[in-house]
Amino acid sequence: MSILIDADTRVIVQGITGAQGTFHTEQGLAYGTQIVGGVTPGKGGTKHLGLPVFDTVAEAVEATGATATAIYVPPPFAADAVLEAIDAELELAVCITEGIPVLDMVRVRRALQGSGTRLIGPNTAGLITPGACKIGIMPGHIHMPGKVGIVSKSGTLTYEAVEQTTKAGLGQSTCVGIGGDPVNGSPFVDILELFLADPGTEAIIMIGEIGGSFEEEAAAFIRRSRIKKPMAGFIAGATAPPGKRMGHAGAIISGGAGTAEGKKEAMRSAGIAVADSLTNIGATLVNLLLGRFPPPRSARPRRRVN
Amino acid sequence: MNLHEYQSKALLARYGVPVPKGSVILSAADIDRAVKEVAGPVWVVKAQIHAGGRGKGGGVKVVKSADDAAKTAKQILGMNLVTHQTGPAGKEVHRVYVEQGADIAKELYFGVLLDRSTSRVTLMGSTEGGMDIEEVAAKTPEKIVRVGIDPVAGFQPFHARKLGFALGLSGDALKGAAKLFKGAYDAYMASDASLIEINPLAVTKQGQVIALDAKIVIDDNGLFRQPEIVAMRDETEENQAELRAQRASINYVKLDGNIGCLVNGAGLAMATMDLIKHSGGEPANFLDVGGGAPKERVVEAFNIILDDPNVKGILVNIFAGINRCDIIAEGVVAATQEVNMKVPLVVRLEGTNVEKGRQILKDSKLSIIAADGLADAAEKIVAATREHV
Repeated sequence: MSILIDADTRVIVQGITGAQGTFHTEQGLAYGTQIVGGVTPGKGGTKHLGLPVFDTVAEAVEATGATATAIYVPPPFAADAVLEAIDAELELAVCITEGIPVLDMVRVRRALQGSGTRLIGPNTAGLITPGACKIGIMPGHIHMPGKVGIVSKSGTLTYEAVEQTTKAGLGQSTCVGIGGDPVNGSPFVDILELFLADPGTEAIIMIGEIGGSFEEEAAAFIRRSRIKKPMAGFIAGATAPPGKRMGHAGAIISGGAGTAEGKKEAMRSAGIAVADSLTNIGATLVNLLLGRFPPPRSARPRRRVN
Repeated sequence: MNLHEYQSKALLARYGVPVPKGSVILSAADIDRAVKEVAGPVWVVKAQIHAGGRGKGGGVKVVKSADDAAKTAKQILGMNLVTHQTGPAGKEVHRVYVEQGADIAKELYFGVLLDRSTSRVTLMGSTEGGMDIEEVAAKTPEKIVRVGIDPVAGFQPFHARKLGFALGLSGDALKGAAKLFKGAYDAYMASDASLIEINPLAVTKQGQVIALDAKIVIDDNGLFRQPEIVAMRDETEENQAELRAQRASINYVKLDGNIGCLVNGAGLAMATMDLIKHSGGEPANFLDVGGGAPKERVVEAFNIILDDPNVKGILVNIFAGINRCDIIAEGVVAATQEVNMKVPLVVRLEGTNVEKGRQILKDSKLSIIAADGLADAAEKIVAATREHV
């Protein structure tokens, strides 16, 4: 079992003929994802990677029966691409694009309200149900079908958690990157709700970072939730200086809000086991599943010497 | 990207926000002209740097004669201004703004920003004008009024009334404030701003509202469609290494430690810094080399890291998804040969094409310390740096 996508999900790719679209469509097909077509305005009627290309998303949906779209469209046109996916009533839109102006996302976010479309991203590595369907840019081979649901703001940190849960023999039900932008389609809460309801997800890992309040909202949601599942977490950016944007547009501590410590505290108070280091996210979850809580400090702590 | 106060005010004025009459001084030759243009009877002379707390640091002076205004401008131009936001080293003042003083009856706070919890552009006001808004938010949050704006319906007169009445305004002042709020919102939307702050927003004894100070921050992601804003960029206000990184599509933030980091992915780059600290070291920088990095970008990243004289060791931490380990490895080898690396280098590679990448490092016969996993990498670089120092 999984959330959002499985082996039957039919996917189209917006921006399929571009360099990124081409490369990751090939990777997705190789992984076994059912990619059934693509959209590039002006190239309708042609074929790319053996797949039919359409001028509009509506045509692509009509012809292929797709329910999901992967968006690899450059930042100036990405909001338009998401709005077109909403207009075509796709169930799931995954926007990989990084660098979309935040005011564009404010409008997109408003357009999502009351629509039947769920947006993942933007500025995300995408999502994957191991062994079944991969929509995004993550390396498929590190994943293993299993029981841990992973949700994260960061692509590379998701890979670390995936590797650790794979090595621990737990595997993953679905991994979702919500993206590193300040305004996105699905905050942590939305994905956690799905994981809690999914019988195939037995435990959850949430990886956040400094900035904003998605993690605090997620912690409050977990505290209130009647369904409980073992949950581990990690927050990146404890050493980041305030007021500086750390790569991700959303990763900025402003006016003392959005700090790593505040987020960790909120998560702990909701019963989430917070890993003290990136290297022991998997171990923290394993300890939790074995009933050993709180988790030990990281494997080999060193004293600071000046 | 940050704008100077005088640039912010010029932009706001174009959208109907009342600002004091002012003139900018870029060199000593401009001083007399600027002082004359402003015409008094009260002159406010203000250092233009991208940092708050200028008044307390001695960068803002109020004077009552043209002679004093010119003298003060001369003193401030070129001075090294230290405020709580510049750090102890301070910042040299290259631009000075002179403007007419106002007859202040009341000082308010007004801002336009993105409320991340509602995903809406939001007007924010407080009766505590002139104070640090973060301090107000922490101590007396009830004194902050927020009015969110629906992006579809846009700015409506009731938004202005809601905020204006909450700030205790009435009559002409309320009307003036409504015009100012709308102007600031329009400027925000048209310029891809992420923050507009007018603090203080003054109500004069004559009942007019006017922006006494102004700060605008622009969303970097929106700059591609804001050529006029890009032209206002003052590169002397920015960290030169960060600027150089930006030109190479590298995300770099300088920090104070001695272990340089070269990482892919913003999240992993942050977590790598945390991990170094956790292992007893201090990171010298945040660096995300980005997705699909070509060899040249990896070399440039090394150059930027090594230009920092504090760096006594480098940790390369790559979990390649969209990147390829072999290309990163080639960059590492090329950089090591080009720059005559004298500090220890620990490399941890994982992900796409990892075997090829490790082979390239091995074949290079360079003294690169290979790491087995993340924890090992952090411990090795902390230990190696300590020995090197």
